[in-house]
Amino acid sequence: MNIYAIRAIYVFEMSRTWRTLMESIASPILTTSLYFIVFGAAIGSRMGDIDGISYGSFIIPGLLMLSLLGESISNASFGIYFPKFSGTIYEVLSAPVSPVEVVIGYVGAAASKSLIIGGLILITARFFVDYQIMHPVMMVSFLLLTAISFSLFGFIIGLWADDFQKLQIIPMMVITPLTFLGGAFYSISMLPPFWQKVTLFNPVVYLISGFRWSFYGVADVNVGISLAMIMVFMLLCLTGIWWIFKTGYRLKN
Amino acid sequence: MESIITIRNLSKTYSTGLLALNNINLDIHKGEIFALLGPNGAGKTTLISIICGIVTPGEGDVTVDKHDIVLNFRAARSMIGLVPQELSIATFESVLTTMNFSRGLFGKPSNPVYIESVLRDLSLWDKRDERIVNLSGGMKRRVLIAKALAHEPKILFLDEPTAGIDVEQRRGMWNMVRRLRDSGVTIILTTHYIEEAEEMADRIGVINDGQISVIEEKTVLMNKLGKKQLALTLQHPLKSLPDELAGYPLELSQDGEVLVFTFDVQKEHTGISELLRKLSQFGIDFKDLHSSQSSLEDIFVSLVRDKS
Repeated sequence: MNIYAIRAIYVFEMSRTWRTLMESIASPILTTSLYFIVFGAAIGSRMGDIDGISYGSFIIPGLLMLSLLGESISNASFGIYFPKFSGTIYEVLSAPVSPVEVVIGYVGAAASKSLIIGGLILITARFFVDYQIMHPVMMVSFLLLTAISFSLFGFIIGLWADDFQKLQIIPMMVITPLTFLGGAFYSISMLPPFWQKVTLFNPVVYLISGFRWSFYGVADVNVGISLAMIMVFMLLCLTGIWWIFKTGYRLKN
Repeated sequence: MESIITIRNLSKTYSTGLLALNNINLDIHKGEIFALLGPNGAGKTTLISIICGIVTPGEGDVTVDKHDIVLNFRAARSMIGLVPQELSIATFESVLTTMNFSRGLFGKPSNPVYIESVLRDLSLWDKRDERIVNLSGGMKRRVLIAKALAHEPKILFLDEPTAGIDVEQRRGMWNMVRRLRDSGVTIILTTHYIEEAEEMADRIGVINDGQISVIEEKTVLMNKLGKKQLALTLQHPLKSLPDELAGYPLELSQDGEVLVFTFDVQKEHTGISELLRKLSQFGIDFKDLHSSQSSLEDIFVSLVRDKS
């Protein structure tokens, strides 16, 4: 194991975060805070409770997931896309590093960054709405698994993309709609029966439901299924990355 | 000669169907400066990229210090430093940060003393905290070299190292490459500048259409293929060559004022004195003469032309 290489990639990627502090950390926190202010503090007081939870508190896990997914994907995809774009990837390819080490370095840094953002959002939320965390261990597990899985997914997008538009298209056209329709702002039991069934095909539903359970002990779907779904997604991403490195797809000719 | 890189029957076809390398066999000797010459698209960069792990090899075997580049890629790649042709560099980082990144990537613990010595050697120490985006093209090129040296490689690949660099800096670069060679580093460089190969290389390989057409010691190559020419500027222009001189490799210029004699430096008897005797015999006087040897560039052009 080339530990020095993993550390080098990790440190290099994290230093990019510190260098662009406003854009990479302050901006997602500000955006999420605006949601808390508008939906939590302002409109939330006029909304009825959901499953016995005040609306402001109800949306916290979903909003947190929204940021976590978005940040994980964008960090990881940009992290590996940019060296490809600028040509500096030659150095990683010519180095005595295995694909596993490359993935740990890049994905580790992307996941760390989104976890930092997640933590800061949770602290910020405290200023606007009240919440509790009933199952802290499960909450941290969900955070970790989601950050890692979606950073892996972002890494694949970054490898696949060959222009900036492709880099944006999946987060914008797929992830954002899935998250908004994944029950971040509502319980799926509020949907008509037909759409309740349809929405179960949305993987983000399981993430948000499981995550909300770790806060308030209520869930739309079974927690075990939620965990299993993240695991399956993670496995799919790992398989995708393994295939990319094995074939050299978009990395080597 | 001990071989540090061994290439056997290496071929590479890109997914586009382009045959970039066609059965390459090549040995790079330990401690030499090897220049790989060839026109654009000849396969120089593909060959380097395969050895360094950037392009997946097709058929054939490549070993670096007896380590197979695929099966034992860690050992093989640890020995190699690569300076790419393009100025591909993380522009927003400082020189020192990017150096430390390179060293770590190649699995070496940090060594500030060594890094400082490399940067000083390349006159970059004063710029160590500067962001790379603020550096000139020549400095960026040197940063790339510094990065390639960050992990103390035994083999250094320089892909067009002096492209876009002014004459003075080019001299400086050549001196640096020689110092590296003297410290035991094997150097493989590709270049368009024949002058560069002529100045630097111990051996020269010519690649064209994915095949190596010549591998030779530079001096041998120049002797073997180098033709010398003697140009005689005549006192009185000639209309045509006298028939008695028909057997000689002589050429008369269009205006009839210059007679050019081509001879082989390798031969014991070049035939110059005999020619001069004959000329005076026929009363052909000349007012000036000078001889010239074909440069590596001429050799190269003739080689590439012959092949195509």
